[in-house]
Amino acid sequence: MSKRELLELLLENARYSTEDLARMTGLDEETVVATIESLEAEGVIRGYQAVVDWNEVDEERVRASVELNVTLDRETSYSDISERLARFPEVKTLRLVSGDYDFEMVVEGESMQQVSKFISDKVAPVPEITQTVTHYVMDTYKDRGIRMSEDDDDDRLSISP
Amino acid sequence: MKISERVQQVPPSGIRRFFELAEEMDDVISLGVGEPDFSAPWAAREAAIASLERGETSYTANRGKRELREAIGEHVDERYDLSYDPDEEIIVTTGVSEGVDVALRALVDPGDTVAVPDPSYVSYAPGITFAGGDPLPVKTSNHEFKLTVEELQRAGAQHADAILFCYPNNPTGAIMTRSDLEPIAEFAREHDLTVLSDEIYAELTYGREHTSIATLPGMRERTIVFNGFSKAYAMTGLRLGYAMGPPEAIGAMNRIHQYGMLSAPTTAQHAALEALESCDDEVEEMVAQYNRRRNFVLSRFEEMGIDCFEAEGAFYVFPEVPSGDAEAFAEGLLEEQQVAAVPGNVFGEDGKGHLRVSYATGLDDLKTAMARIEAYID
Repeated sequence: MSKRELLELLLENARYSTEDLARMTGLDEETVVATIESLEAEGVIRGYQAVVDWNEVDEERVRASVELNVTLDRETSYSDISERLARFPEVKTLRLVSGDYDFEMVVEGESMQQVSKFISDKVAPVPEITQTVTHYVMDTYKDRGIRMSEDDDDDRLSISP
Repeated sequence: MKISERVQQVPPSGIRRFFELAEEMDDVISLGVGEPDFSAPWAAREAAIASLERGETSYTANRGKRELREAIGEHVDERYDLSYDPDEEIIVTTGVSEGVDVALRALVDPGDTVAVPDPSYVSYAPGITFAGGDPLPVKTSNHEFKLTVEELQRAGAQHADAILFCYPNNPTGAIMTRSDLEPIAEFAREHDLTVLSDEIYAELTYGREHTSIATLPGMRERTIVFNGFSKAYAMTGLRLGYAMGPPEAIGAMNRIHQYGMLSAPTTAQHAALEALESCDDEVEEMVAQYNRRRNFVLSRFEEMGIDCFEAEGAFYVFPEVPSGDAEAFAEGLLEEQQVAAVPGNVFGEDGKGHLRVSYATGLDDLKTAMARIEAYID
């Protein structure tokens, strides 16, 4: 139970201090530290990242969502292909999905040209890949549950009954 | 122009003066807010919008949309083991505030006495006065802000006509368990008291299930239960509540409601129906968030050495101020540290020496506010 609660809190804000986590959950700090360490060791927690609104940063950042279709043979499985693709640092997310295509891949680069070149030079030539469809991200409104450009001013009455 | 004596009898809300002070200052973190910092679940808002798009902007039945009353009946049955007939025993009101107001006007005659726990929600005593009755404060501070027979008797409530209370409680966060309520129910039966039970914070309990006094033997026929959507569903601004009780009482309330309010806001009724049908997960998440903040605030007060009983409901804690003078403490805290919290005496004589601290605000602000309180008492 405490594992799940800690995971929820870390998903909400991975920068909560262990002291705050302990206060909020009613656990002692040692238990919080030990639980998080064991979640990390078990591979449940794979990392901690910030959710960034790149519109607020003065720097170009290009992201594309790429649909991939593949053909399999007796020697090649989905995980073989994923193993190969996931190694590229440009690939930020890679998922096997059901539906019209096989893999959904999110690629990041510094320019559209760089992303295009990566797809054409590195991804498309993989022998099992039969088709790529690239969708450039034009704007992001929500990422990992967090809304972008949300106005969170609290305009409630400062004192109320 | 002549102003009625009833209105003149009632002083302006103590909260108002404090609000004006807080409004004059910049960078104030408010722990004085008695409403959720969440927005209503999106599905409920969407239902309200869709109803407007369909042009559903007319009055509803005086007692509220039948579909909504049915959903309320099913909800309270499932959650609180309460059973009411949507046609005769449930009325949808413009917030619980209107519900309590029409109930007092429907049930209280001039000169009647209505016992209220002290401290209590700020509107109860004025509401009783507006209805022509006399509020009778009943001390609770010696019993973790729970109502007790001992204090009811000490206050003379055996001669009263009704009791009006709210548990989980605003401003203290106290709750009343079944065993706490049993002697109160016995007292009410013995002295033939009507019970007005405001249960607006019923969903907001931490670790214990809410018990409605109307579920105790012999209480259904003498109790009006109030609940609504403001707190659990974060719908304060939509102004939607409901009252449940015996047909003759609800009928009498409806007689006033149909002349005064006609019907509760139609758009809000659509939102409320959706809230009951599909927003349990959001409520559960909000309750979990409040609980984490409650734990945080309680542990910080404990660390500061400030006495504060473990409030188990609503989104308030009610710590004692070290100096004993809550009003001076709250004003000093606001002026020196820009933290607004409401002095307990605003809620009644027995609240003096305490501060109402609301944790319906984000953790970052709570952390800063608690650090400022710590700096203030050092």
